[in-house]
Amino acid sequence: MSGSSTSFPWLSVLALIPLAGSLVLLLLPRTGELVKHVAFGVTLAAFAVSVAVAVQFNTGGGFQFVDNYQWIKAFGVHYAVGVDGLGLVLVMLTTILTPVVVLASWHDAEEGRWSANAFFAWVLFLEGLSIGVFIATDVFLFYVLFEATLIPIYFLIGGFGGAQRSYAAVKFLLYSLFGGLLMLASIIGLYVVSSSSAHGPSYLLQDLMHVQMSQTTGRWLFLGFFIAFAIKAPMWPVHTWLPDAASEATPGTSVLLVSVLDKIGTFGMMRFCLGIFPEASHWATPVVMALGVFSVIYGALLAIGQNDIRRLIAYTSISHFGFIVLGIFAMTSQSQAGAALYMFNHGISTAALFLITGFLIARRGSKMISDFGGVEKSAPVLAGVFLLVGLSSLSLPGLSPFVSEFLVLAGTFTKSITAAAIATFGIVLAAIYILYMYQRTMTGPVRESTRRLPDLNLRELGAMAPLLVLLVVLGFFPRPALAAINPTVNSLLHHVGVTDPPPTVAQPAGTTHGGGLR
Amino acid sequence: MSHLLYLIILIPAASSAVLFVGGRLTDSWGHLMGAAAPLVSFVLGLIAFFQLRGGSAPSLHQHLWTWIGVNSFQVNFDLLFDPLSALFVLLITGVGGIIHVYSVGYMEHDERRRRFFAQLNLFVAAMLTLVMTSNYLAVFLGWEGVGLASYLLIGFWQQRDSAAVAAKKAFIVNRVGDMGMALAIMLMFHAFGTMSFAGVSRGMPHASGATATALGLLLLLGACGKSAQVPLQSWLLDAMEGPTPVSALIHAATMVTAGVYLVVRSHFIYAQSGAAQTAVIVVGVVTLLWGAIIGCAKDDIKKALAGSTMSQIGYMMLAAGIGPAGYAFAIFHLLTHGFFKANMFLGAGSVMHGMNDDVNMRRYGGLARIMPVTFVTFACGYLAIIGFPGFAGFWSKDRIIEAAFTSSVVAGAGAMIGAAITAFYMTRLMIMTFTSDRRWAQGVHPHESKPVMTIPLIVLAICSVFGGFLTLNGWIVNWLTPVVGPQGHHEAPLASWLITVLVLVMLAIGIGLAYLFFGRRRIPEEQPQRVSPVTRAARADLYGDAFNEAVLMRPGQYLTRALVFIDLRRIDGIVNGLAALVGGTSGRVRRWQTGFVRTYALSMLGGSALIVLALLAVRLG
Repeated sequence: MSGSSTSFPWLSVLALIPLAGSLVLLLLPRTGELVKHVAFGVTLAAFAVSVAVAVQFNTGGGFQFVDNYQWIKAFGVHYAVGVDGLGLVLVMLTTILTPVVVLASWHDAEEGRWSANAFFAWVLFLEGLSIGVFIATDVFLFYVLFEATLIPIYFLIGGFGGAQRSYAAVKFLLYSLFGGLLMLASIIGLYVVSSSSAHGPSYLLQDLMHVQMSQTTGRWLFLGFFIAFAIKAPMWPVHTWLPDAASEATPGTSVLLVSVLDKIGTFGMMRFCLGIFPEASHWATPVVMALGVFSVIYGALLAIGQNDIRRLIAYTSISHFGFIVLGIFAMTSQSQAGAALYMFNHGISTAALFLITGFLIARRGSKMISDFGGVEKSAPVLAGVFLLVGLSSLSLPGLSPFVSEFLVLAGTFTKSITAAAIATFGIVLAAIYILYMYQRTMTGPVRESTRRLPDLNLRELGAMAPLLVLLVVLGFFPRPALAAINPTVNSLLHHVGVTDPPPTVAQPAGTTHGGGLR
Repeated sequence: MSHLLYLIILIPAASSAVLFVGGRLTDSWGHLMGAAAPLVSFVLGLIAFFQLRGGSAPSLHQHLWTWIGVNSFQVNFDLLFDPLSALFVLLITGVGGIIHVYSVGYMEHDERRRRFFAQLNLFVAAMLTLVMTSNYLAVFLGWEGVGLASYLLIGFWQQRDSAAVAAKKAFIVNRVGDMGMALAIMLMFHAFGTMSFAGVSRGMPHASGATATALGLLLLLGACGKSAQVPLQSWLLDAMEGPTPVSALIHAATMVTAGVYLVVRSHFIYAQSGAAQTAVIVVGVVTLLWGAIIGCAKDDIKKALAGSTMSQIGYMMLAAGIGPAGYAFAIFHLLTHGFFKANMFLGAGSVMHGMNDDVNMRRYGGLARIMPVTFVTFACGYLAIIGFPGFAGFWSKDRIIEAAFTSSVVAGAGAMIGAAITAFYMTRLMIMTFTSDRRWAQGVHPHESKPVMTIPLIVLAICSVFGGFLTLNGWIVNWLTPVVGPQGHHEAPLASWLITVLVLVMLAIGIGLAYLFFGRRRIPEEQPQRVSPVTRAARADLYGDAFNEAVLMRPGQYLTRALVFIDLRRIDGIVNGLAALVGGTSGRVRRWQTGFVRTYALSMLGGSALIVLALLAVRLG
């Protein structure tokens, strides 16, 4: 793997900025707005550094900004970081969303169990750890950070949110710990396998990708990783923690949970399941694809049946994660590039959906759809933004999620027509769950309870604006993101030993299409 | 001109964006810019049209940018202005522009007029994208954009529950069709590795029959959604909830014509599959009768016209299904229909304006004298749609019926019966609205509309009269030959003159029956309840909605409800139970909820210790 090394440790600095920032917040006075401004400033600084990384990123492929120090020699553990296209896209997602969350959550921490300082400190802490997860190229380091993210999100859910927040937080934690335990077993197994190789033990991804292991071992270890990631993503049938968590947490926490943290699941499947266990991945493909398709339809049907707006969004995410998993395991360059891009687009789109409905819920003091109606009349801008965001969630062409969803479907189609055809039914269901929700909340006669809802204020518009711009711009110009993702996907597929199926209809000479990188 | 093609789409798109984002700042002048935008595009379209006509190149192209690129999956935004696109561009911007001008007057007293124009512009821009791009996926962008614009406009008066529901229904039914189109595009990529018109048409001759049939049927499903053809017709009648200019736009210039465009544009696919062609013909014939029968029973003037749209689009589908012999006639009828249907919808809007927005024809009557301009222009549209000799519809419909006979006697006969029914329900509509005795509700004082509304009516009436000139010397057939191929010579089982005579006889029968039923008798002001089962069925849209509700909606609702229950009680219960089991007792689980940092930190510490111990154990072992 061709890695470029720079003298300045960009990635480590990027992860350290919010981590250090979170400590600073704890030292600030508990009263006043200062803590919020500082938190916002820190996230903006992290964003600026991530932009600097993205600008220097070379779309030629491979891991870049690589840093590698030995950490625990006996176990072959390293502090090793670096980003490829997939990692970069997810790091950017994290650094874009965190300032937006800080801005949108300005007043959300005031009724929590702890102070606003704690809330924003946890948010920054979580940002730092999330970046760490996406840049770690040592499996052990990844695991430690993966587990560590549970701490801030547990406190964010359990400390700030609705009446049932403690129940939701514990449920989330139990599920996650169970997954983590399975992954731990596989981590230990990997050590056993790699310590018997010629170079001695190593947790470096690049070493593990080429380590020899028996078929049975590979499959068992694969399962440990996969189940942990499936819980994280989440996939049916280990999804039930998400609706509870999303329903009880504050909108900002939900964004960090669903848009950023859950991506670790699908990110991990792509990087670690496929990267370290290609044989087992092939072995599991039929089952995983079936689960993915099932999640698409199941999540959508459940979303249609919800009356709680936040639970509804949670179920739409289960449907969307089904698409991502389907794309990863269909193993074509289109489906995987689509899946990687889907992670980013879903992050933006769902964040926007959680935030705009959060503004709505805060105004009315209820998250039940049946308590709304006719909001469009009193708050037209809010309604318009809500509709645009909703349309992105149902993958309307012209908005970014369409590009990724269609790539997943088209790529899957070339491998399994059945899977693609069933998943395509999801686009009808998506139209139903979004427009049915919009109809019941925003349209119809004005109600007494919604007559005086104020429209979006400047702060709220400011938080939504970057997301809306991204949804539209990447809908028409997804190329920068795809340029970063494509080489990663191509090298991963090469590693897994898969090539895209050629067109089924033989073309006459001189009109052949495709192949190669453009 | 080639390098300026993008402006045709960009101008209405930019206008729409300015009006949406600009908000109240643009209230005072927004409608003027909105109305000007499609007219500017029309002028640009005309320039391009004459360049195409005079030049030697068969089409104009412009490459804009690569939209999506992943290895072999390459989708470009490339614009294509060929004879087929050209006609659509002129129809969309021309008739669409007239509708915009009319709307300036029609929506004058609506406080959200600026937003109305933003949405109209979006509609036009999406439709232009649909007909001007040269890649199926880019067509899909316009395709769904049209769906969005219709959703917004049908639900424009969204404080009314009925409007909001109708808008949602239109979008969702269309999405069912879109699913077909999306799958067709995936199949194209799977089969040919490309989704461009050029690439697919190059590959089609090598494709298997099954692939061709699948593609044809999937595209037809998409076309049925947008063009409101059976079985995806149910949204169209409800779509009357939108303001009347929207109906004119949907029925004449945009939206419903998209399905016909798609079939004609994909002629190279249907050429490889007789089965798919037959399916198009069947859909066309069924819908042309279906819509006509519904049109006979409606008392709502807009719904009667909506039934007629379904029916007339059915004629176009029928023609498109015939193949090269019918493509040009499908487009010909699409254009003339665009003139006379816009004419009549805007006329209906003018009538409604005079009647305090009442749409019930049973409370109209005798309006010819009060609203002379509206009456005369509407009458031109009426004569055109029934195919009165000399008027636009006569030329185009006659050709389709003739072509239908070359393909199958059943299709021909169906089209001919449809002509009789059309004459019947349109005559009924004319009698109930403009002649007959006055049955106005109290306090209604009909009046002629303002010039900003009547002038568009006059322009469209002129087109309805003279639209048939497009076929002079076979112009339209020759014009479209470079796109859809030569028409060839087909022998009909009946002589051409005989068919024309038969159609005229049918016409006379339809008019005569309508006169007998409605012209000679007094029209009751309340809808008669003791009517034949056919009338009752037609009033209920031939039970299309009832069918959907019983077969799709109700079972779907039960399924979601059951799943919600199961998800909450069963799956969650099992997993929670397992968790409790793992944790020992539920009491111990509850102790987690204390939320004390200590407890948690302790367990984290325990976990870490476990890792190290496990690693050591392995190391030592």
